[in-house]
Amino acid sequence: MQLRRVTRRRFLSRLTLPALVVGLSGPRLFPAALAVNVSRAPARGPEAVEFSLNINGTTRALAVEPRVTLLDALRDRLALTGTKKGCDQGTCGACTVLVDGRRVNSCLTLAIMTQGKAVTTIEGLAQVDRLHPMQSAFLEHDGFQCGYCTPGQIMSAVGLMAEHRPTDAASVREWMSGNICRCGAYPNIVAAVQSVAGGAV
Amino acid sequence: MNPFRYASASDVDTAVATVQPDRGAYYIAGGTNILDLMKDDVERPQLLVDITQLPLHEITADADGVRLGALATMADAADAPAVKANFPVVSQALLAGASPQLRNMATLGGNIMQRTRCAYFRDTSQACNKRSPGLGCAAIGGENRLHAVVGTSDHCICTHPSDFAVALLSVDAVVRVRGLRGTRSIPIDRFHVLPGSTPNIESVLDWGDLIEGIDLPLSAHARNSSYLKVRDRASYEFALVSVAAALELDSGTIRGARVALGGVAPVPWRSREAEAALTGQPASGPTFATAARAATAGMRGYGQNDFKIELARRAIERALHTTAAAA
Repeated sequence: MQLRRVTRRRFLSRLTLPALVVGLSGPRLFPAALAVNVSRAPARGPEAVEFSLNINGTTRALAVEPRVTLLDALRDRLALTGTKKGCDQGTCGACTVLVDGRRVNSCLTLAIMTQGKAVTTIEGLAQVDRLHPMQSAFLEHDGFQCGYCTPGQIMSAVGLMAEHRPTDAASVREWMSGNICRCGAYPNIVAAVQSVAGGAV
Repeated sequence: MNPFRYASASDVDTAVATVQPDRGAYYIAGGTNILDLMKDDVERPQLLVDITQLPLHEITADADGVRLGALATMADAADAPAVKANFPVVSQALLAGASPQLRNMATLGGNIMQRTRCAYFRDTSQACNKRSPGLGCAAIGGENRLHAVVGTSDHCICTHPSDFAVALLSVDAVVRVRGLRGTRSIPIDRFHVLPGSTPNIESVLDWGDLIEGIDLPLSAHARNSSYLKVRDRASYEFALVSVAAALELDSGTIRGARVALGGVAPVPWRSREAEAALTGQPASGPTFATAARAATAGMRGYGQNDFKIELARRAIERALHTTAAAA
């Protein structure tokens, strides 16, 4: 993009130019004032609502209240207890899963908002008789002590691989900072992640 | 978490029409802030309106600048080449915030609307004028090491938690908002409001207003900008003090400057005093020291957080040195 000097006044004035709006691709950014009789979005709940989720490539039917998190749906309704509940407030990372390939905290995700997306949990990583390379690396490097944070660490590390970040130790620590290990197994966790993300399995 | 109804809005008109007339209705996008507050019973919405299907995810660049869709995630915006090249302070601030997981979830509109991390606000057994107007402020005279040193009032001394919004101040960002009467543009330095006697009011938005996007106009100072965040641990922590610095330099002279601070005020804090002390002066240590003193002259601590004033002074100096050296 060319850097061109523009004053804020000019930028603001350009924002209101209809010609610019027409020139923009994608969604309309400057719609007209609201019509008086726009209808409201239909609401469901608070009682249980039926919907289905795509978990580890399988469609799973659910009937849960809108307030049920993805974490609780996985553990309590779908018997997928590999995903762990640590802090339940987005601080520890034990609940990390992939949604459409990106790592997220399932404790701060509503199950009902995950409809139409592909959820991958720790149970979905291994092939029938073959562990995911990151699972093998955690075994090989002893990347855990009590093991409670491990599913979240591994899911986060798998998400990290897809993000193509630097793989030096300092970078791995920074990009794995969303996963807390109370046992302090960090040196081995970093080594395990580096061994896979660095390409030297 | 209290029971609530859930609706998914398919277009902006419907979203606004659903929330605007209903004080129990809240928007939800990334959900990282609202769900956390609901688990603590700080917020009890009766209806959540899911806006993630609205077409507000795009990040686009043109000759005037970069347009960030309100639903773009922190991660997407931080990695956008046009943001990194022309607004490095914005990318750096986004990456300094939260964790990789949260940055994959949290949206830009939600980021500038996020609530304070004040422990008293988040504990419903404690007095907080922001959560329950009139109850008082337990942080004044309480555990206030993390609290504000400027812009406070007798009713609230909380800090605003956003790094991104601090960076936006330094690049003259404009927030595009959709309301019942159409779309309007609000410069970021007029978006958040000081607590005064109504700490429950945090921005100029009306109920039901929906942020559609944030526009970043190209400028020489924005292109030469950086973010410094000082915190209790190396990563994944809120700021004790942070500094967004942007300098337009011409043969060693400062032609334009922006200095904004995080972790020190109830709003993302712009220091016009520091900017005035920098503009027209040589980009040198004495100038930076004068600017840092100007920025901190009006600060006042509440006991445990007195250290933030000296920390802010030093952080501003360092951020200005770093920014000038990058030019």
